[in-house]
Amino acid sequence: MTVLVQPMPWLRTAAFSLALRAGVDVEPESESGLSGLTCEMVQRGAGPHSSRDLVSIQDNLGMDRSSGVSTSTSNFGASMPAESLETALALYAEIVLNPHLPENQLEDARMMCLQEIRANQDEPTHRVMQRLRQMHYGSVLGRSTNGTEEGIREIKQEDVRRFFETNYHAGGSIVAVAGNVEADSVFRWVEKSFGRWHTKPLPEMSMASGTSGYEHIKSGSSQTHIGFAFKTIPYGHPDYFRMRAGIGILSDGMSSRLFDRVREQQGLCYTVTASCHSLKQHAGVFGYAGTTPERAQQTLDVTLNEISGMTEGLSESELERWKIRIQSLLIMEQESSASRASSLASDFYQVGRPITTEELESAIESLTTDQICSYWHNHPPSDYRIVTLGPDPLNTPVDSILKSVQ
Amino acid sequence: MPVFRETTLSNGLRIAAEIDSRGYSAAFGYFVRAGSRNETDQQSGLSHFLEHMMFKGTARRSAADVNRELDELGGQGNAYTTEEQTVYYATVLPKFQDRLIDLLTDMLTPSLSTDEFETERKVILEEIAKYEDQPPFGAFERSMEIQFGPRGLGRRVLGTAESIQEMTASRMRDYFLSMYRPENLVLAASGNIDFDAMVEQVETLTSDWSQRQTTGENLLHCDTADSLPPGISLEPHLSVPEINQSYLVRISSGPSEASEDRYAARVLASILGDEGGSRMFWDLIDTGRAEVATIWPHEFTDCGAWFTYLVCDPADAPSNRDQIDRILSDVVKDGVTQEELNQTLNKASAGIIMQSERPSNRLFGLGSRWLTQGKYLSTDERLEKIKRVTIDDVGNAARNYFQNASHLEVIASGH
Repeated sequence: MTVLVQPMPWLRTAAFSLALRAGVDVEPESESGLSGLTCEMVQRGAGPHSSRDLVSIQDNLGMDRSSGVSTSTSNFGASMPAESLETALALYAEIVLNPHLPENQLEDARMMCLQEIRANQDEPTHRVMQRLRQMHYGSVLGRSTNGTEEGIREIKQEDVRRFFETNYHAGGSIVAVAGNVEADSVFRWVEKSFGRWHTKPLPEMSMASGTSGYEHIKSGSSQTHIGFAFKTIPYGHPDYFRMRAGIGILSDGMSSRLFDRVREQQGLCYTVTASCHSLKQHAGVFGYAGTTPERAQQTLDVTLNEISGMTEGLSESELERWKIRIQSLLIMEQESSASRASSLASDFYQVGRPITTEELESAIESLTTDQICSYWHNHPPSDYRIVTLGPDPLNTPVDSILKSVQ
Repeated sequence: MPVFRETTLSNGLRIAAEIDSRGYSAAFGYFVRAGSRNETDQQSGLSHFLEHMMFKGTARRSAADVNRELDELGGQGNAYTTEEQTVYYATVLPKFQDRLIDLLTDMLTPSLSTDEFETERKVILEEIAKYEDQPPFGAFERSMEIQFGPRGLGRRVLGTAESIQEMTASRMRDYFLSMYRPENLVLAASGNIDFDAMVEQVETLTSDWSQRQTTGENLLHCDTADSLPPGISLEPHLSVPEINQSYLVRISSGPSEASEDRYAARVLASILGDEGGSRMFWDLIDTGRAEVATIWPHEFTDCGAWFTYLVCDPADAPSNRDQIDRILSDVVKDGVTQEELNQTLNKASAGIIMQSERPSNRLFGLGSRWLTQGKYLSTDERLEKIKRVTIDDVGNAARNYFQNASHLEVIASGH
């Protein structure tokens, strides 16, 4: 287990972020949703505590908590008044080391997961972006973190136990702590609570298997919801910030190209965005625009055109604005222990070492427009994956695989 | 400890700030007493439309300049409109204070050009269409319309597609001149602020704001109470084909911002409906019977509403609703336990402390309260008010609001 601590003595709070290598990428194919269901089950009683005891202790400690699964990790985290941290860490050690996994609560937990899947189906944006993720990363890395209805229904008690025993261990796990704490104390507390945890070998990283294409989901929605993606380099790649700055110029802030040219100048939509998403070895730029059907074709065309023309007329002032934006965000991160703990854990997972605020600031400060243009000229967006949901399909630059969903 | 300072400028504009010189950031916001409840049928959606137009240029700046400068300051900023207020805000590093104040203040004297108005009308119509596709598919707006009537507090913040199609730039200019008068505004700031510099700068920048007066060229009809505004329906069942879940919103009377028992009401809501540990959570969420089952009070200036929100499989909606009724009647009959109260107070106190760490979080309560009540509440005072709540207070609030209370329900579902 890797333990990372960033003391922030000017705060009254502390936060931790615990990541285990137990994501949806290690689920058996027929049991999509097992990672999420296990994450729910481990919190239904652990060590000497019942499910209700756990919540009552957490509330009394003042913990603002979260949990969930991602492609490659299961994550637990909380922020709280700093004096609660020692007890909180001990409590979460019980949760991930000694959960009861009560069989008589499996049906409740299963129903909870099914509720979430049904609710997500009612969100057109979610449907589009989830389908896009599957197309982009392929069947394993593109899995829904909520799982599928069929998968969730398949899961038995022994599957949860097996998933827990195979994937909940110290190997590859990270606990990041930030806030009003002393590093030595945190090391001692983690040693005391997690020191006895065993280590197992880590699973092989899966490869992305996505392909380009276009799918349309037929719906009587008010807007046509447009999602698009293309491959890029992951966080930690030496050229990452050259790529990321380009996306920032397209989509970060109210003077960004997409907001200004698609929304502000033409009034084509309310929402238009593009952002970078990284897995350990794979990555994508994912974009979304929502607009009424009669303007959807124009919105897609204008948006993709802005992306392909990003380097045209790229000005020093555009880059400068993006730099100030990121620097301001980094400085303001010093005001939040939760935000810093979460960055520490995700940086370490992605890059294999913590990245200091100073290192990030200097990487961003040194970027030039020439570097960005050169990167984007050599790696133009291609092999788009496009998904739309709405009354009618659109014309796209990629082959259609028209799909009808009633 | 943060220091509170306030002043009123010679033109009537009020300024309130909570200054903490240790902060990494400074948050600023203009709070305007202009919301959908101030509108007539012909003005429906104007407060929110105006909020968009404030980003579309001034005498000194084009629309692109406004957005560009906000980004140049690294500002994490935006705006929002409610039934009672419109708020423009940004958080920046302290070194950018005077540039941000200049920009935000200038934005509040918008050009309101007809060209920009026409482009933005399309964006607003897209925003309306966007929410039509999103859960709970207008159920909250509908519940407000039925509870308060489709005018006043029940008026939709975005307006309707019909009212936005009908809107004119001239009507907007008049609305602006009548609502954005200095006595109707508060400038609030929190974090690492130079208060004196801010006051001096704003005094100069807003010296001509007191001259804002409507032209009187738009004679508007009085609303007639016997007909519905265009695009409005009071049907409590929203039929949305294709959706899986039922979305049930229940609304009844609740505490106002000035009610003595509003803290007890919040504690009661937490015990009954908080995510992760409340009575509704254990009965309905933890068991997988519902995706959402919660309750909360929403305070307005002079009245309030309790909202109950249930999302579940349509087949389970009747039994889940019965369960919620049981939870409410139980709390009316037996009140809450000391253990429940302690747990909630511990959680709420920690929440207030954590939230107060970021100046941007402090800004909204500060500005909104100063605008509507002219009162300031420090973090310690808020903590004190929450900690003073007793089980008797919570039991009284339960009886006061839930015993024999009449409520209305709106359901959005596929059937």
